[in-house]
Amino acid sequence: MQYMALIYSDPALGPRHGTPEFATMMQGYTAFTTMLREAGAFVSGDALQGVDTATSVSVTGGKVETMDGPFAETKEHLGGYYIFQAPDLDTAIRYAAMIPTASYGTVELRPLVVW
Amino acid sequence: MEALTRIAREDRGRLLAALIARTGDFAAAEDALQEAFVAAHLHWPRSGIPDRPEGWLLRTALRRAIDRHRKGARDGQGAATLTLLAEERAPDPMDIPDDRLRLIFTCCHPALDLKSRVALTLRTIGGLTTPEIARAFLDRDTTMGQRLSRAKAKIGAAGIPFVVPGPEDWAARLEAVLAVIYLIFNAGYSGSPGRDLCEEAVFLARLIDHLRPGEAETEGCLALMLLTHGRRAARIGPDGATVPPAHQSRTLWDAGMIAEGLATLDRAIARHTPGPFQIKAAIASLHSAPPPTDWLQIALLYDSLLRMEPTPVIRLNRAVAIAEAGEPAAAWRLLEPLLQDLAGYQPYHAATADVLARLGRIAESRAAYARAISGVASSADALFLTHRCANLPE
Repeated sequence: MQYMALIYSDPALGPRHGTPEFATMMQGYTAFTTMLREAGAFVSGDALQGVDTATSVSVTGGKVETMDGPFAETKEHLGGYYIFQAPDLDTAIRYAAMIPTASYGTVELRPLVVW
Repeated sequence: MEALTRIAREDRGRLLAALIARTGDFAAAEDALQEAFVAAHLHWPRSGIPDRPEGWLLRTALRRAIDRHRKGARDGQGAATLTLLAEERAPDPMDIPDDRLRLIFTCCHPALDLKSRVALTLRTIGGLTTPEIARAFLDRDTTMGQRLSRAKAKIGAAGIPFVVPGPEDWAARLEAVLAVIYLIFNAGYSGSPGRDLCEEAVFLARLIDHLRPGEAETEGCLALMLLTHGRRAARIGPDGATVPPAHQSRTLWDAGMIAEGLATLDRAIARHTPGPFQIKAAIASLHSAPPPTDWLQIALLYDSLLRMEPTPVIRLNRAVAIAEAGEPAAAWRLLEPLLQDLAGYQPYHAATADVLARLGRIAESRAAYARAISGVASSADALFLTHRCANLPE
C-alpha cells in the first residue's frame, strides 16, 4: 500500500531556524528520507513554504475565487508530506513516528486510493 | 435452533478469525459468516445438523465470500484462490487453526476509536449482536451499526494488519487490548443493561491467557476482574445500599472465583514483571483478605501504581487509603490540590466528605456529601452516601 504522511505542526512550537535544534531536526529528516530510500519505500516527499504563502482557490458558478491564506485556519499548519510504500498500517505508523516533526507536531496518515 | 445459537455464541469468533485469515478481508468475512448463519437457519431444520457444523459454516461462508469477491473483483486471481479454499473438504473444527488472538489485536488496534474497539471486540470475539452492544452502551441500533461498519471499513482501507504484533510492539499493544477488556468489565460493573459484560470481559481475558499464556499483565487483569466479580452478590445490601468490601457478608462471595483470582495473581507476581493490572489486583486481593483491611499496604501499592499511572484518580485513591489508614490530616493535604482536576468527578466529593468528617469538619462534610449525592450514577451508591451523611454528628 501507499500512504501519505501529512506533517502538521504549530510553527511556534518547533525549533527556530538557525538554532542547533533546527540543524538536528534537518539531519533527522535527511536520515529518515535515506532510510526510506534504502528500504525501497520512498515514493516522494517535500517540505512546503509557510502558510503565509498560501492561496486558497475555489470555483463558484464558473468564477474563480481566491482567498489569501490556508483553507482551514488552525494552529497546526501542514508543513510537508511524504508518500511511502508500507505493507500495512503498523509499518506506516512506525515510519510516521520517525518523522522528526512527530515529536512536537502531528503526522496524519492516509492511505492512497488505488484506482 | 439450539445448536446454532450455541455455535454463534461459542465459535463465532473462531470461525470469523479463520475466515479473515483465509480471505484477508475483515468486513467481507463478517458479512459472509452472517450469511452462512442465515443459511444454516434455513437448511439445518430441514436437512438436519451436519456432522461438522462448524466446518459446514466455514465452507458456506467461504463460498459466500467468493461470490461477493467475484461481483466486486477487479481480477480473477483472488477468487481463484478462494475457490480452492472452499473446495477443501469441510474442515474438522479441531483442524481450524485458532486465529482469535490475531482477531483480538486487530479489533483493539489503537488506530481505531476506543469505543469502536470495545464494540468490535464484543461483536467479533464475544459474539454479541449489534442490538445487544447498542443496549449495553445506551446507543441506538443504527448508530452502533454504523460505528461497527465504519470500523470494519477502516481496518480494510487503512491497512490495519490481521497479525499478532511482534516483540517491539507487543507490550504496548497488549496493554491496549487489556484496556479494552477492562472497559468492557467496567461497563458491566456499572450495571449496563442486557448481556453480562463482566462475564464477557472475564471470558476475553481467559481467552488471551489461554492463547498467549505466561503474560503477567494478562493474569493481573484477569485476577483483578475475578476478585471484583467474585464479590458481586455482596455489593448491595438488603436495604439496597452499596456495601464496602470490609462490611460485606463474605458468605455471599463466590469463593471459587475469589480463590481463582488469588491464584492467578500469585502466578502473575511470580513472573517478576510488575504492571498496573497486577498492582490493582493486589489491592483487590487486600480487600478480599479477612478484616481489618490493611490500608497502609493499600496506600503503598497506590504509591507504586502512581509511578506507572500518574493520574489524579490514582492520587485520589491513594489519599482515601491514607485516610482509612488513620491519617485524615495527611489525606486532606493530598485531596485539596486535586479539586481543580476532579471537581466534576463524583468519587472525589464522596472522598472529601468522608475525610472532612474524620477531621470533625462536619458542616463542610455535609456540603461535600450533598455534592457527591447530586452527582452519583447508581441509586445504591446514593443510598450509601445518604446513610453516611445522615449519621454525621450534629
